[in-house]
Amino acid sequence: MPLLALEDIRKSFASAEGAVPVLQGVSLDVAAGQVVALTGESGSGKSTLLHIAAGLEAPESGRVLIGGQDMAALPDAGRAKLRRGTVGLVFQQFNLVPSLTVGANLAFQARLANVHDAGFCTDLAARLGLSDLLARYPEQLSGGQQQRVAIGRALAARPKVLLADEPTGNLDEATGDAVFTLMLDLARAQGTGLLLVTHSARLAGQCDRRVLLRAGRLA
Amino acid sequence: MNVKVLIAALLLAPAALAQGFAGLGTDADGFAVPEQGRALQFPRDHGPHPDYRIEWWYLTATLQGEDGRDYGAQWTLFRSALAPEERDGWDSPQVWMGHAGLTTPGRHFSAERFARGGIGQAGAQANPFTAWIDDWHMTSTAPDGADAYSALQIAATGPEFGYDLRMQAQGPLVRHGDDGYSVKSAAGQASYYYSQPFYTVEGTLDLPDGPVKVTGQAWLDREWSSQPLASDQTGWDWFSIVLEDGHRLMGFQLRGDQTFTAGTWITPDGDATALPDGALSFAPQGTARVAGRDVPVRWRIDWPEQGLALRTEPVNPQAWMDLTVSYWEGPITVTGSHQGRGYLEMTGY
Amino acid sequence: MTLSALLSHWMRNKVQLAMVLVGLTLATALWSGVQALNAQARGAYATAAALVSEDGAPRLDSATGQMPQARFIELRRAGVLVSPVVEGRVTLGDTRVTLLGIDPLTAPPGTAAALADGDLQGFLSGAGYAHPETLERIGATDMSPAPSQAVPVGTVLVDIGTAQNALGMTGQISHLLLTGPAPRPMPDGLRLSQPETGAELAGLTDSFHLNLTAFGALAFAVGLFIVHSAVGLAFEQRRGLFRTLRSLGVSLRSLTLALAVELALFALLAGLAGLALGYVMAAALLPDVAATLRGLYGAPVPGSLQFSPVWALAGLAMAFAGAGLAGGQALWRLWHMPVLAPAQPRAWAMASGRAMRWQMLGAGLLAALAVALGLFGSGLFAGFALLAAALLAAALLTRPVLALGLALAAKAARAPVLQWFWADSRQNLPRLSLALMALMLALAANIGVGTMVASFRATFIDWLDQRLVAEMTITPRDAAQAVALEDFLAPRVQAVLPLRQVDATLAGQPGAVFAMRDHATFRDNWPLIAQVPGVWDGLAAEQGALINEQLARRADLWPGDSVALPGAGEVAILGVYPDYGNPLAQAIVTEGWFDSLYPGTPTRQLAIRTDDPAATRAALLDEFGLSAQAITDQAQAKALSLAIFERTFLITGALNVLTLSVAALALFATLVTLSGLRLVQLAPLWAMGLTVRHLAGLELARALVLAGLTMLLALPVGLMLAQVLLAVINVQAFGWRLPLQIFPADWARLALWAGLAMLAASAWPAWRLWRGGGGPLLRVFANER
Repeated sequence: MPLLALEDIRKSFASAEGAVPVLQGVSLDVAAGQVVALTGESGSGKSTLLHIAAGLEAPESGRVLIGGQDMAALPDAGRAKLRRGTVGLVFQQFNLVPSLTVGANLAFQARLANVHDAGFCTDLAARLGLSDLLARYPEQLSGGQQQRVAIGRALAARPKVLLADEPTGNLDEATGDAVFTLMLDLARAQGTGLLLVTHSARLAGQCDRRVLLRAGRLA
Repeated sequence: MNVKVLIAALLLAPAALAQGFAGLGTDADGFAVPEQGRALQFPRDHGPHPDYRIEWWYLTATLQGEDGRDYGAQWTLFRSALAPEERDGWDSPQVWMGHAGLTTPGRHFSAERFARGGIGQAGAQANPFTAWIDDWHMTSTAPDGADAYSALQIAATGPEFGYDLRMQAQGPLVRHGDDGYSVKSAAGQASYYYSQPFYTVEGTLDLPDGPVKVTGQAWLDREWSSQPLASDQTGWDWFSIVLEDGHRLMGFQLRGDQTFTAGTWITPDGDATALPDGALSFAPQGTARVAGRDVPVRWRIDWPEQGLALRTEPVNPQAWMDLTVSYWEGPITVTGSHQGRGYLEMTGY
Repeated sequence: MTLSALLSHWMRNKVQLAMVLVGLTLATALWSGVQALNAQARGAYATAAALVSEDGAPRLDSATGQMPQARFIELRRAGVLVSPVVEGRVTLGDTRVTLLGIDPLTAPPGTAAALADGDLQGFLSGAGYAHPETLERIGATDMSPAPSQAVPVGTVLVDIGTAQNALGMTGQISHLLLTGPAPRPMPDGLRLSQPETGAELAGLTDSFHLNLTAFGALAFAVGLFIVHSAVGLAFEQRRGLFRTLRSLGVSLRSLTLALAVELALFALLAGLAGLALGYVMAAALLPDVAATLRGLYGAPVPGSLQFSPVWALAGLAMAFAGAGLAGGQALWRLWHMPVLAPAQPRAWAMASGRAMRWQMLGAGLLAALAVALGLFGSGLFAGFALLAAALLAAALLTRPVLALGLALAAKAARAPVLQWFWADSRQNLPRLSLALMALMLALAANIGVGTMVASFRATFIDWLDQRLVAEMTITPRDAAQAVALEDFLAPRVQAVLPLRQVDATLAGQPGAVFAMRDHATFRDNWPLIAQVPGVWDGLAAEQGALINEQLARRADLWPGDSVALPGAGEVAILGVYPDYGNPLAQAIVTEGWFDSLYPGTPTRQLAIRTDDPAATRAALLDEFGLSAQAITDQAQAKALSLAIFERTFLITGALNVLTLSVAALALFATLVTLSGLRLVQLAPLWAMGLTVRHLAGLELARALVLAGLTMLLALPVGLMLAQVLLAVINVQAFGWRLPLQIFPADWARLALWAGLAMLAASAWPAWRLWRGGGGPLLRVFANER
């Protein structure tokens, strides 16, 4: 059974000219330890699909199954619980909690999910090269450092699925490559399924699988 | 407009104003009205007549100082009644107003006082004669048996001046009009009016620069009535003149739609001739700018019948009584067919 | 063109627009409302001064309080220009009024102004004049005065003869007004004084007006907080627009000018609305202010408001000044902004620790100034300066202290959400600090003024119980009736205690000397705050006098010192008694001595001690034929005094509520304008698995926690304020000092109000967050591209 299964997802947005279909029946599986790259042009609906996969947004039709659990069947609180422990999210804009230190940011989601392990967290920080930065605040870090914190934060809760939306989009190429490699290594080591939105063919080439979203369908 | 103006309006202003004053009618209010043929009686009529609406004791003096300069002094006590009676205390309807003036060739001083009757602050009595308001007074110093007005003392003070004068009469009292019944308009308004025009004076003036001893001549007017003026009359010009030949002339004109004149020609012995309306003529000869208005301070007075043609010059053209109700009053010198001195009062300018 | 582009922003952000206008309107309204109240009252003092003291005409008083009318005539005949006045209290309808009798013929011009265009003949024959409000209160009576705005409220102006008759003072006058030069030497038995001038009344009431002005200024400042935050935010949000306009070739000068014109437009609109609102507010409050001034100082202030163009212009000017103050910073920043500055709101950014250090330094300096003023200052102005410095210091400390508290709480927190909650609250402090300062000031003012009033009330009620022991009080019509009443009552009741007084100048202050009969009623009950041993025996033995606290404090006279009483020379002070609600100096001597010092002084009131008040009352009404209005029983007197007291502080309460409301509005404005920014901060939390509902709940909780912390901070500040009011301002303003009492129940109530205000301010943004669900939060992520 796949960790994440998207079945015939449909979604449209309201516009001045009426409903504009964005996703027109997308189905996609991500297995444990598998790294899937989701590519497509701007506006093709990549982010929307990712948000639907994370339960941040509901599809008009179709099902999202995480570990066999149907998202639609869950109440809001249940979906939130799922986001806490089972799904990890990494965004292009990092979205760290600005009022917390790097250490607190790293541990935050794990503690929310009640799976905090100090030793694991310390280890993770070391592997992410953040050990000396734990007492700092996000605004004092560089972009690459911030994104490493964001990845660490997501992985510290040991999610079954990690959803990353252009995680290197705001970073220069060298930094982006380093962060990308680290994320891949960690996900593989933890057996975490990874769905990655990117429009970099080079990065997509390093993934186990590569899918292209075009005109609302997977090509 | 304040209270004092209202009072002063009552006392001095032309009838138009006085009759416009709310609450005061004319003679229907029970005031006595002068009657022709009623003889004056002394000393009774030296005192007040509370059943008449208005009354005054009016003394003017033309003076020469030791310093050789000309001076003029005025002492007036007005009485005005809100009702034709006198009552004791604050209930008294009698209102009194005093005016004092002192003219030098360079300056003119004036002061006023107000008081209610009934409480002793102001009043007049016939026997022994005295009239007063505050510390100002006119008191008889005549010996027993003589007419009370044959010898008088007057005194008044203002913020910058004061005077104390003694008068000695050199002739008899003079009744104006018809034996004291003096007509004031063609419509028949009238008053009781008599004078003592024969005073010689000596006394002291208090001026800002110090006291000045003076001598001269004075004229006392006594008048009371209930109907001061006709409604169209806006003011008057009144002269009292002592000529060097010993004759006296009292003359006035009441300005209105039709000017009304009257006068009295007095011989050195005190024989009086009433001059009817139109006998005298008064013609302004020049104005002066006084207190923001043009006042005719030079006059020509003619009595063609007698060959009298007088010209008057003010000792001080700025003799303005700058009081609650203001008017011009000051000493004059007389030239022309006769030489003399006198006093001029002009109201309604 | 530029202007319309700028204005279109407001069309899309109507709430922001409303905040700017409401803030400025409220600020202008509260300020100008208070100014209108002050101006009205001051105008009334001037009227009173013109009538009573004749534009400062000096006064000649007799040592014995009254003088025969003959004295007046004697002086006039000696050339001294004086005018007689008869003054006393009478009951008209069922209202006590001051009957002021004058002689219009000798009175100074000011008095006559009251009679302008009047009917002199009517006046001389008994008609009077009174303010229309006085007329309304007394209704139809035998004496029906004509209306005149020139007569102070509570006074009926009549001819002196009429007054003498009504007051039973035939042949007597109260005092003389000097209208010419002073006589030299001064005639025997007369003293020259400059009493009860308008300046004096103004001096007494200055503190009250200063108080009101302080409230108005506080409200104005709080209103400006609102405007400042709204204008600041609008500026940030329009940075992009500015950039576009600049790139399109609009010069910096014309852009700045356009913004200034926009600001002026707001100032005009809000200023006009504020004036209207301020006028309405002042008109609504004026009756209470008038009652306060009458009750406290006997200052005659009419209860109806008059409109003054000067006031309106001043109010508009304040609106413009306020808009300039609140928007000046934005204009300055625009002027200095590079054309291509980033649109991201950096200026709203965090907390420079540097700003905070400056604030703490300022707070320290102000606190030091306050301490110095407390130690070395004296006088009303120093008192208010102390208050201002201390309050400002406390306001500046609000943010550092709250930051410290939140940091401590964050340290103690274990759960991650709690940790975030504290840390986030702390990080958002800079944005909220202005509004929180406003809240802190409003709360401190509430606590301070509330504590002062409650302390006063507790002391006042206690004092009333002690002072009002007589079962009933009778006000005789005149001196003759007083004598008859005493004879009538003596065999029927336990004690008849007559009250006699003469006006006197005590230690250079206007006041009165009272007679006190040596009786157990006074020995057992009369409260004293300082005394020599055996004070009552000493008083009975004519060894000295009692003085009231006002005189004691103002002239620094205490038992062991002496005070000069008219006709008695220096008299030892045996005791000091509290005398709340009376602005004037007082001294009490024993009855026998009083009568020998001031013979012939009529009895003004009779206090009756009786076991059977009902029977006494019946006897007075039926057998003696007294009018029921002349009798006041104890309960009535107490109720009346308390009613006056309550009305006195009604205005204070009203202004407290207004200030608190403005602070709540400031918070609301801040929270609403910040809510967009909050979304960015909350979105990651939501993505990490906190529900929207949870987040909305936390937002509310945060508001409550901040309110609570602010309240905790306001508590010591408020108590300090109360202490300064009681120990400095009251002593200077009223001449009495009261003990500080603590009323925790009031604080609890206020905390509840503060919480409710905070909830009200945060409810809408929280509700919007909750109702919006994930959509707006998701857009934070979507906006990234």
